[in-house]
Amino acid sequence: MKYTFLALSLFLISCSPSSSPVDLSVESKVFHYGNGTEPQGLDPHIVTGVPEHHLLLALCEGLTSSNPRGGESLPGSASSWDISDDGKIYTFYLQEDGKWSNGDPVTADDYVWSWKRILTATLGSQYPDMLYYLVNAEEFHNGSIDDFSKVGVKAIDKDILQVTLKEPTPFFLGLLSHYSTWPVHKPTVLEHGSIDDRNGQWTRPGNFVCNGPFNLKTWELNKKIVVEKNPLYWDSNIVELNEIHFHPVSNEMTEERMFRAGQLHVTNTFPSNKCEPDIQEKNPSLQIHPYMGTYFYRFNTKNEVLKDVRVRKALAYSIDRKKIVESVTRCGQIPAYSFTPPGSNGFYPDTKIPYDIELAKSLLKEAGYESGENFPVLEILFNTSEGHRKVALAVQQMWQQNLGINVELVNQDWKVYLSREMIGDFQVSRAGWIGDYEDPNTFLDTLRPNRGNNKTGWNNFEFDNLLIKANATLDQAERYKILMDAERLLIDEMPIAPIYTYVRVYQLHDDVKGWYPNILSHHHPKYLRLERD
Amino acid sequence: MSNSSSLWSDALSRLLKNKAAVGGAIILLILITLAILAPLIAPYPYAYQDLDLGASPPSSAHLLGTDVLGRDLLSRILYGARISLLVGFIATTVALFIGVSWGIIAGYFGGKVDSIMMRIVDVLYGLPFIIFIILLMVIFGRNLWLLFLAIGAIEWLTMARIVRAQVLTLKNQEFVLAAQAMGVSNFAMFKRHLLPNILGPIAVYATLTIPQVMLLESFLSFLGLGIQPPMSSWGTLIKDGVESMEEYSWLLIYPGLTFTITLFSLNFFGDGLRDALDPKTSD
Amino acid sequence: MLSIFLKRILLAVPVLIAVASITFFLVRLAPGGPFDAEKAVSEQVMKNLNEVYNLNAPLSEQYFDYMSGILVGDFGPSFRFPGRSVTELIMTGLPVTFELAIYSMLIALFIGTLSGVTAALKRNTFLDYIPMSIAMIGICVPTFLLGPLLVLIFGINLELLPVSGWDQLPGDKILPSLTLGFAYAAYIARLSRGGMLEILNQDFIRTARAKGLTETMVVTKHAMQGGLIPVVSFLGPAVAGLLAGSFVVETIFQIPGLGRFYVEAAFNRDYTMILGTTIFFSFMIVVFNLFSDILALWLNPRSRDI
Repeated sequence: MKYTFLALSLFLISCSPSSSPVDLSVESKVFHYGNGTEPQGLDPHIVTGVPEHHLLLALCEGLTSSNPRGGESLPGSASSWDISDDGKIYTFYLQEDGKWSNGDPVTADDYVWSWKRILTATLGSQYPDMLYYLVNAEEFHNGSIDDFSKVGVKAIDKDILQVTLKEPTPFFLGLLSHYSTWPVHKPTVLEHGSIDDRNGQWTRPGNFVCNGPFNLKTWELNKKIVVEKNPLYWDSNIVELNEIHFHPVSNEMTEERMFRAGQLHVTNTFPSNKCEPDIQEKNPSLQIHPYMGTYFYRFNTKNEVLKDVRVRKALAYSIDRKKIVESVTRCGQIPAYSFTPPGSNGFYPDTKIPYDIELAKSLLKEAGYESGENFPVLEILFNTSEGHRKVALAVQQMWQQNLGINVELVNQDWKVYLSREMIGDFQVSRAGWIGDYEDPNTFLDTLRPNRGNNKTGWNNFEFDNLLIKANATLDQAERYKILMDAERLLIDEMPIAPIYTYVRVYQLHDDVKGWYPNILSHHHPKYLRLERD
Repeated sequence: MSNSSSLWSDALSRLLKNKAAVGGAIILLILITLAILAPLIAPYPYAYQDLDLGASPPSSAHLLGTDVLGRDLLSRILYGARISLLVGFIATTVALFIGVSWGIIAGYFGGKVDSIMMRIVDVLYGLPFIIFIILLMVIFGRNLWLLFLAIGAIEWLTMARIVRAQVLTLKNQEFVLAAQAMGVSNFAMFKRHLLPNILGPIAVYATLTIPQVMLLESFLSFLGLGIQPPMSSWGTLIKDGVESMEEYSWLLIYPGLTFTITLFSLNFFGDGLRDALDPKTSD
Repeated sequence: MLSIFLKRILLAVPVLIAVASITFFLVRLAPGGPFDAEKAVSEQVMKNLNEVYNLNAPLSEQYFDYMSGILVGDFGPSFRFPGRSVTELIMTGLPVTFELAIYSMLIALFIGTLSGVTAALKRNTFLDYIPMSIAMIGICVPTFLLGPLLVLIFGINLELLPVSGWDQLPGDKILPSLTLGFAYAAYIARLSRGGMLEILNQDFIRTARAKGLTETMVVTKHAMQGGLIPVVSFLGPAVAGLLAGSFVVETIFQIPGLGRFYVEAAFNRDYTMILGTTIFFSFMIVVFNLFSDILALWLNPRSRDI
């Protein structure tokens, strides 16, 4: 007994870590990335999440690359492009020395085949609509036409790709930075499965081939994914990291402790309870940047009371957004008075949503519910999360106090919440939307009639027409005027009540250079460096 | 007839010698009283938010401090006591009812009945209870009573096994065989002969199940499946407290201590009961 | 003994089939499917996805396919991780959880028997209450409180041990095993204390004492062997319980174990994964129960009534 105890204490003492992983990385150039949940996979045509995106940014590349400082897209695997006068035909010239990680050159045919793959219905991709802007793409996907050569993408030459769009889609280049449009290596995919085999084995370490700055080295499920520098990448001489270790850490408290213990260079998130004290103490690692996302409450406009726009406005006008961001979320969020976040590629909506209790009360009275009389109990649906719960509690109190109505909170787990929203089994539900590319269209499009992501039952054809018109307008200023009208119409009808604009809150180690905040929070590993001052 | 009366008084004197058990019982009584009186003695309504105040350490206005939404912690602990203790007692009662009946029937009748009943128990043991609870929460809506039922429906299994084991031991004892020979009906058998002798272990097990249930409820809160806001149990308070462990330590210390002390009391009392009632372990 | 062994194995088969069947229908009853996501997909796409995993077929057909697959050991592909089979995922998480369970069990045994035996020997004194209190920390303090507390003290403040991970940094197995071990120490303590008290009262102990043997000899040679039998019976279900109950510890310490896979599968409605792990856990429970019953029987032939 005595000896066991002695041995145990010696063991404990001798095992204290001397140098942290971050310390060792200054020499070894190994980047430790806190990456949230375990990625589902690495197939750009199948995965849907942000952790997967971080990995794909390292492993693969699309025609264009989002600009790490925000704004216009940069060349990716295409070095330049021409756009026809009518805005419908794009000609992409691929990088001369663009190569796959096994040495094969990246060709225009690769893109044609890859886009055929994502538009093949039997693959079951969840993002085929990214390419619906192409002529006949939607028709090929839903089976109206069988012949892929009718779809608006052709290989003119070995490294010249021509894309034909239905409409002059002004945001098309930005859209191409989304991973669903990226290419996959045909021989590798076919060696380990068929074109539409969802469970193909081509993404395993050892099989995986892609065209990005890094290669897949190892993948230990729920433990770590390691990628190493790809010397065959066309821009590899600017890549300074040797390896990136992606750590799947789903518990934000654990992640925060790992950062403090020097195990991570960057975290995925930050515990909101620590925001206020850390902001005050001026924690130098804490990063808070505006993010292209809106936190809002969805109204089910088919509901008996919510179908009246005056009721919706009354509810929206009695939310004290300033108080919510200052006292509830407290991590530097910004109150939102529009659906599209301001600053989305230069788009600044001028809509206003006042916090006006008197006005709200009078609207409610007009609708027939003076002081909340006869108003049925309103339910706020949200999925299990500390943050959502706190906001819902605050809004519940605001509505009860300001309008005299009764509000109940309904907390469901993620999948149940999603399915209830989808079938319209809710009254008010918490929602969030993050932009897929930097353009107001990625937001406004979702509220068009009969869009899957609409979920409010609000089908406004005037709104729809405005967006159709905007998408056909080539001049940016003209287009934004039309979109502004759309945004104004949206806020006037209030099928959703915006609450705040997201911020990305995370910790970044001082050693990391080349990390630029941008509104989409795309951080390209190819620009990252590790230097200690 | 079993001479149960002197058995009980023996047990009581043994129990009183166990200082920890007595201490536990006293603490429990105090807590239960506080919980019952909560609406009268709590300084603030448990849901009242003071957003401007936010989280504040203990002060004269808020004896145990406030949480991030400015809600008074003392009031929330008092109301939380009601929820947690209620969940504990009711879920245990549900488990008791089902488990005891099941165990008695299986143990007494034996043979095929026993075999089938215990196999059912084995099957249920292997079910993924998280899915089971999500399912219940969803189909029937989230409410407190459902939570009790769900937790009770998990705990009855062990209760059934224990009761059955007890019945099996008793079944072969002389007084039962004698009563059977005399033609006593099964129901009378249960009531007059088996039940009093099983009562001891049942009481012990029930007392020890309550803290287990409370722990299970806190585990469910950790997963986001427990009590719905704005109500909260000690489990949800502790979960919130753990997340602000370093910045707002009072949010963890007070609910944590209360919960732990309660569970210790329940466990010591239950252990004391078991010691007192089990003749094999007396000195 | 062999006949009991065989009988138990035979009875286990319908149990496992029943568990599989009930779970199969239960998971499909819960609202929300494996492919529901924030970004809604068109009906067409949803139909395509369901097609790939045969979810459009009638329920009875899916059930039959699945059950016949299990009989040959094929648990199907994971819905959440395309390209990975359930068997692969289980085999990845199992060794880790198993190792965690074993270390936790050892710690639980150490703390538990030490406390329980001491408490039994010094009954109703402070040396009864204090060791039992230490052992009971695990059932009076939730693991999601104990774990972070230990991390705060040993990981952050004293900087002695890593705050997370398994097999990545030296010493990272200590805190998780300790946290989980505490949870079971209480049961072991109770069982050993109860068992010891029972044995200590028996005639042969009085005889040994009367013969003049030292207290140490009485305790170690004679009492402990018999007194610790209840602990042995408990080991089986305990390890099985640890396998399934390790989720909280695995989440807090970021351990890539089966418990974590299992709960995440439930929340993600990864049907095949839920089914696979449930069946697997049931199987483990049956095996471990059997194992420890046999062990107990071998140690003490008198306990044959169950």
